[in-house]
Amino acid sequence: MKPDSSRNRIIPVLTILIAIVAVWYVAAYFMNAPFQRDLDRRANVTSTTMEFIGKTMAQPKPILPAPHQVVSNVFENTFLRSVTSNRSLVYHSWVTLSSTVVGFTMGTLTGILIAVGIVHLKALDRSLMPWIIASQTVPILAVAPMVIVVLGAINITGLLPKALISTYLSFFPVAVGMVKGLRSPELIQLDLMRTYYASGAQTFWKLRVPASIPFLFTSMKVAIAASLVGAIVGELPTGAVAGIGSKLLAGAYYSQTIDIWAALIAGSVLAALLVTIVGIIAKIVDRSMGGRPA
Amino acid sequence: MNNSPSSVVSAQKLGLTFETSDGPVHALSNVDLTVNKGDFVSFIGPSGCGKTTFLRVIADLEKATAGEITVNGMTPEEARKSRSYGYVFQAPALYPWRTIEKNIALPLEIMGYSSTDRKARIERTLDLVNLSGFGKKYPWQLSGGMQQRASIARALAFDADLLLMDEPFGALDEIVRDHLNEQLLKLWARTEKTICFVTHSIPEAVYLSTRIVVMSPRPGRVTDVIESTLPRERPLEIRETPEFLEIAHRVREGLRAGHSYEE
Repeated sequence: MKPDSSRNRIIPVLTILIAIVAVWYVAAYFMNAPFQRDLDRRANVTSTTMEFIGKTMAQPKPILPAPHQVVSNVFENTFLRSVTSNRSLVYHSWVTLSSTVVGFTMGTLTGILIAVGIVHLKALDRSLMPWIIASQTVPILAVAPMVIVVLGAINITGLLPKALISTYLSFFPVAVGMVKGLRSPELIQLDLMRTYYASGAQTFWKLRVPASIPFLFTSMKVAIAASLVGAIVGELPTGAVAGIGSKLLAGAYYSQTIDIWAALIAGSVLAALLVTIVGIIAKIVDRSMGGRPA
Repeated sequence: MNNSPSSVVSAQKLGLTFETSDGPVHALSNVDLTVNKGDFVSFIGPSGCGKTTFLRVIADLEKATAGEITVNGMTPEEARKSRSYGYVFQAPALYPWRTIEKNIALPLEIMGYSSTDRKARIERTLDLVNLSGFGKKYPWQLSGGMQQRASIARALAFDADLLLMDEPFGALDEIVRDHLNEQLLKLWARTEKTICFVTHSIPEAVYLSTRIVVMSPRPGRVTDVIESTLPRERPLEIRETPEFLEIAHRVREGLRAGHSYEE
């Protein structure tokens, strides 16, 4: 890796970030200006342009909160509150994170099992794959409430139903990726195993599994992001009391737009963090499997 | 005579026909051949002549559709199950996630050799192919020629007296190839293995072999079997001797005779 490559990456990303923030501020002004004008007129206040712009950026329930409002909300609710507080974003993130991780783990295991089955049994290859693909065309927003309600009816509540929605979303990329990965050994590598009279299990463990590892991590990166979406979606229909999803919903109920955006930021940070962690593990595993340093 | 105790591979009227959508393809037809213990037999011919297919039939990677073949007195399947040959492919086919020594250990793990035995064999075979000290490297850290040597070491690691090599040096440049040919002869002398070697290079075939099997396509068949008169001890310079050129000439004639240019 070239020593300046991290700088080469940071500058373009920062440029885009600055552009986004600039556009956001302009948009915030225009979105909030009509309401502010209304307020001013009713209160018979006349203000200079600068004062007016300032006010559009300081409304308690703006249509589009300005970036600094969101940032200060995130900061307050992340660092200035006890993590057990109902207002703490750390607390809500933790609730969502735990069901994401549980769902992701179950989804990854399910995906791997399905892939192993599909690769080894022709019948499963023919019968299962269309169903798996069909399963992902069902809108998750329609399925999630049913899952939660049905499981609630048999007294399964709390983390598990949400995790199951994460599982539902995350098994798919893993299954598809692993089918590809387990089938990735070249003919010549399989022939080699045949000349050794290797058993099916030996071929599986010594060839197919190691060959599939890069595919596993690529699909796990997609799966963990999908799991987070699943967990958040799972929190929406239940009127869940905690989690990023419930925070979004509560914000929507009470028009706490700043809270909504703060929750969104928390969700994005969480997603970035999770994907990065999977990426780091992938890199470590790749190194230990003799990967060529990029 | 074909089943004399010293015959390692013995084929009678061997044929193999692939059924394709364009009709049958006769990859091999009426092949009669005996490879004796300790022989270095080269198979040479243009592509499509069935030389690789013949090697794959010996290895039980393809099944003959006609005739008889025995390997070490057994059917190819029995021979494969008793692990009586090592196979070197055109590409090294090293597993990229294993170090060189782990790659050599692969067949030993599969065949259940003890770990102390594995260690000794890895060391010995690495030495045989002049790769001592490279055991801890990963395949990508080695040149193409070194990778192919590692794959030869892998085929030598277990106790098989027969070595099947399918154009092992075909993808390497001439200088590396010369060097590896020289090393292969030394290795053959040291290990006393029987080697079946597929190539499309005339000098390579003549330099290495005790017998050269010339094959031709459509249908794949043997057109000539040439016994080499060269001594077993062969420095690279032997390739400029009249004797060498004479054999090379015969091989070239055989190839020309078997090849119909009217097509």
